[in-house]
Amino acid sequence: MTLPDKTGHFGEFGGRFVPETLMALLDDLERVFYSLKSDKEFKKEFAFYLREYADRPTNLYLAERLSRHLKTLKVYLKREDLLHTGAHKINNTLGQVLVAKRMKKERIIAETGAGQHGVATATAAALMGLRCEIYMGVEDMERQALNVFRMRLLGAKVNPVTSGSQTLKDAMNEAIRDWVTNVQNTFYIIGSVAGPHPYPVMVRDFQAVIGQEARRQFLKKEKKLPDYLVACVGGGSNAMGLFHAFFHDAGVRMIGVEAAGRGLNSDEHSASILKGEIGVLHGSKSSILQTKDGQIKVAHSIAAGLDYPGVGPEHAYYQKSGRADYVAVTDQEALEGLKLLSQSEGIIPALESSHAVIYLEKLARKTTSAKNVIVCLSGRGDKDVGALKDLIY
Amino acid sequence: MNRIDKKFKELKERKKKAFIAFITAGDPNLKVTEQLVLAFEASGVDIVELGVPFSDPLADGPVIQASSQRALKQEVNLRKILDCVKRIRGKSQIPLALMTYYNPVFHYGEDQFVADAREAGVDGVIIPDLPPEESKNLIKGAKAQDLSTVFFISPTTTPERMKRVVNLSTGFIYYVSLTGVTGARNQLSPSITRQVEAARKLTDKPICVGFGVSSAEQVSSVSKSADGVIVGSAIINAIVRNTGKRDLVKNVSRFVARLACAV
Repeated sequence: MTLPDKTGHFGEFGGRFVPETLMALLDDLERVFYSLKSDKEFKKEFAFYLREYADRPTNLYLAERLSRHLKTLKVYLKREDLLHTGAHKINNTLGQVLVAKRMKKERIIAETGAGQHGVATATAAALMGLRCEIYMGVEDMERQALNVFRMRLLGAKVNPVTSGSQTLKDAMNEAIRDWVTNVQNTFYIIGSVAGPHPYPVMVRDFQAVIGQEARRQFLKKEKKLPDYLVACVGGGSNAMGLFHAFFHDAGVRMIGVEAAGRGLNSDEHSASILKGEIGVLHGSKSSILQTKDGQIKVAHSIAAGLDYPGVGPEHAYYQKSGRADYVAVTDQEALEGLKLLSQSEGIIPALESSHAVIYLEKLARKTTSAKNVIVCLSGRGDKDVGALKDLIY
Repeated sequence: MNRIDKKFKELKERKKKAFIAFITAGDPNLKVTEQLVLAFEASGVDIVELGVPFSDPLADGPVIQASSQRALKQEVNLRKILDCVKRIRGKSQIPLALMTYYNPVFHYGEDQFVADAREAGVDGVIIPDLPPEESKNLIKGAKAQDLSTVFFISPTTTPERMKRVVNLSTGFIYYVSLTGVTGARNQLSPSITRQVEAARKLTDKPICVGFGVSSAEQVSSVSKSADGVIVGSAIINAIVRNTGKRDLVKNVSRFVARLACAV
């Protein structure tokens, strides 16, 4: 069975939980999106921008020194960090901005946490000559000041969000409020495999190029499939992008690495799958961090892009069905991951991706025979360097 | 027939329209909420919507967002709100609907929620982020217990959707007067009358208009076509202006009475 089903559900997860004002638009978007899936012109256009503008395919790079350090694991890095704008986010924003154009929307809005999705959206909007406004929590604006500047350079208006926890969750609330208000002329580019149907499937399909390439590249290099896929999970778009093409390869184990923040038992983390309960946030049913009264908790992670109390519904489904395993590493461990990859391979990963990198040490310890693993290096660390100066040395 | 249905039947017989007041339960505290509901009844309010505060109220503008935050600081939750309704029911039979986001209800357990709400004396539930498509279970439970499930139509609702929504909605139909979040507006959309008339062709159920309505003039103008008018943010603003004052309940009720007599 292909998921989601006709009503946008992945098992008990997913669906569409939004104010009535958005329902007709989502019906429209769903219709347009599914019709474009088989539209040759659209596919050609999307492929063109991915290749000529974003610089796909990205390399699948054998990290030899890192592999030697890990002993039992042979590690391939899927280099999404090499893409234009520095992270996998551009795959999705190029896809959605092309959908927006087909729907004749003249204004683009988006939420952003780390600023990577905001930059990628501002970039795609500039490329297509569309007006763009980005919602970003003021706390995130401080820790990702460079990305705020980049968005402004790209011509986007950055709207500071001061409500609630002032992070990604609240930025998404504000973006939805804007969307409800300006639904007629505005397209909301959601940055993760979250939100109301059809967003989780649309973002997944635009990011699926990561796994499609990686699978092909790995088969060519190793003449077999990998044993493990490892990716960090906040909302989960880079992980789902890598996992999706391997869904039917039963021998390939998928591991999503959540942010344990200051510890899974500390109440200051973003481990929505490991520590969440089923609930509804931002338009879909998934695993979310919530109180005993059903109020949404404030998440924490050193990586702004993982700092979210929910997760894409398809990940909740993967966990429940056992298709993927989910683990978590702390802020401190993620910093170690960042140093490890920087010094073993000369690649400075984003703090988000550093969660996936450092998990390899744990995986290596559990592994007795030699295994192959693909890690999604979802973004580069340049954006974090400023904030890291005080933390690492 | 629950209190909401009875109220509309009675109003219809008297050829009157409903004035519906929204307040957030627990802002500034549940004691005041209880007093306000009782005072509203005496001020000519026909139905009260009690807002259940939520951490992420994405259909609400700044006024109700702030109100929810204040209520959450008081650690208000569904259980305490239902206890408050029970206390109100000791003194009043005014129709009461809970306006809540879906997650607190889902987390409480839909069936348990319906049973407890009904037992406490709640007559209806309005959930802005729960479209009919995702409501099957709630509708089934609510129907069995005669708890009204009020659904929305909006300026963007297509004719086909409108048919489905008005069929499923019970108690009344909530027409969202604008594309946007809750909060007072200086000017209301001129299309309200046309939209309400379009819905009326499809149903005999009462159609009430909310979002943006804040002044007596607006209440008066909207009630010409609608069966009821809902005011929220303007009343919350009146509560904020009077919070900390001894005459809070009296002053807010006087403000509400002026709106109520405009229908």
